[in-house]
Amino acid sequence: MTTRACIVGIGETRYARDKTWSPTTLALNLEAATCAVEDAGLRLADVDGVMPFPGLSNVEEIAANLGLAEVAFASTVHMGGASPVASLLHAGLAVTSGAAKHVLLPAGWAGYSGARARQTVATDAASMPGGGIARDYYVPYGLTAPPQWYALLARRHMAEFGTRPEQLGAIAVAMRRHAQQNPNAVMRGRPMALGDYLASPMIADPYRLLDCCLETDGGAAIVVTSEERARDLARPPVRILAAAAGQPYPADEIVSRKDLFRIGLTSAAPRAFGAAGIRPSDADFAQIYDCFTFEVVQQLEEAGFCKRGEGGAFVEGGRIELGGELPVNTHGGLLSEAHVVGMSHVVEAVKQLRGDAGPRQVAGAELGVVTGFGDFGDGSIAILAR
Amino acid sequence: MSARPLPQLTGLSAAFYAFCKARELRFQRCSGCAAWRHVPRERCGECGSPEFTWERSSGRGRLFTWVVATRSMHPAFPSEPPLAPAVVETDEGVRLVTEVVGCAPAELQIGLPVEVVFEDVSDEVTLPKFRRL
Repeated sequence: MTTRACIVGIGETRYARDKTWSPTTLALNLEAATCAVEDAGLRLADVDGVMPFPGLSNVEEIAANLGLAEVAFASTVHMGGASPVASLLHAGLAVTSGAAKHVLLPAGWAGYSGARARQTVATDAASMPGGGIARDYYVPYGLTAPPQWYALLARRHMAEFGTRPEQLGAIAVAMRRHAQQNPNAVMRGRPMALGDYLASPMIADPYRLLDCCLETDGGAAIVVTSEERARDLARPPVRILAAAAGQPYPADEIVSRKDLFRIGLTSAAPRAFGAAGIRPSDADFAQIYDCFTFEVVQQLEEAGFCKRGEGGAFVEGGRIELGGELPVNTHGGLLSEAHVVGMSHVVEAVKQLRGDAGPRQVAGAELGVVTGFGDFGDGSIAILAR
Repeated sequence: MSARPLPQLTGLSAAFYAFCKARELRFQRCSGCAAWRHVPRERCGECGSPEFTWERSSGRGRLFTWVVATRSMHPAFPSEPPLAPAVVETDEGVRLVTEVVGCAPAELQIGLPVEVVFEDVSDEVTLPKFRRL
């Protein structure tokens, strides 16, 4: 749907894989939140809505630590990595309906120094998306970790459409190239070429190590408010022209879908583009949730940036690199900046639309797309404008 | 290596795995619209009917996709020899996560004809797996 809501504040912590640094997930959320509120020119007491990322923090501890005594709107979207962008829809509704004035969306985790994502399934098989279905029908066969679930789709795509490893590699290389222009990117100073990608070890064949996102420590947050309130704040507002979320069918089981490649974004993207009154080709950049390389191909196709089956060719030849037709993940993404559960994609979009992206600025950026992806293919998309 | 995780034998999963223990691969078939389904569900997603029967599968199908787990992601599943969690589409048109046994990962191909075999993994649990035809 269309909203008259804006992103008015952004905040980030340091992003790192550093054996001498072991922040708690809560501390990362709090630091990013404080930065975002300050960036907006607000006081913490102005925050009356909180939307934490599912499973990483909760409203109670955020509010208790930030002194938020008047929380009128508290909600969490349960869509894994699609949650932050889906939360833009909810936060937008909250501030335009009057349910809240300023909604804080904190995210982030100690994904490197804390428990690794894959370890959770070893102690609780039902913690995977799908819950008891995964526990009873996937995990007994050793299908336990995200690169494995999504590699099942990548292999089918390669077989049906001829998508090649070099095309997946083009995505990894583009993200790494962008990270070289980002002082906070974990992979800055570690350039990588297609040969390095192809030589990297298989992790979940057809996924190599360099098809997989990083595991890092970091937090990111934003503040959403109404257009009217945004006018008086410290920074130029970034408008949420439209936001939408969707689920694949069935959402809790990944292998039995009649159309294996149909994801939440397939239905969400046309709703968002329609509501904003723009076409995918109008976007100056796209921040695409890049947990694994193939999911970038899949989302570019399902969002309508190219046709189904053409995503492999679309990402080649520098098209998704800075200076190309559609720069994707100008910050380096989950693959080369840090894994901040999708919120850093929103933060980067705001930087681009403010003209604050420094050496990686997309010249004249006015319109950007951000997606989220998670939980076996839930999807979300927001269309942002300056 | 820790013990391999097993399905929880409750509700519809108890029924599905009880048939496996008896060496029968059975899926739910909707009494309303005759659609086959797996994983087991309370209602038919096609027509909404709560009525179903457990119908016996031909036990044959084709390999739909797979992943080779070359890096261990779970203490119960070491990387050597690498497992290849697979998806088989049976003749009835249902897909299930399984494993193709007796076949090196390098020999797997999409469309490979397979048939069900049963592997007792504990006193209570028997998993359906597949072998090359």
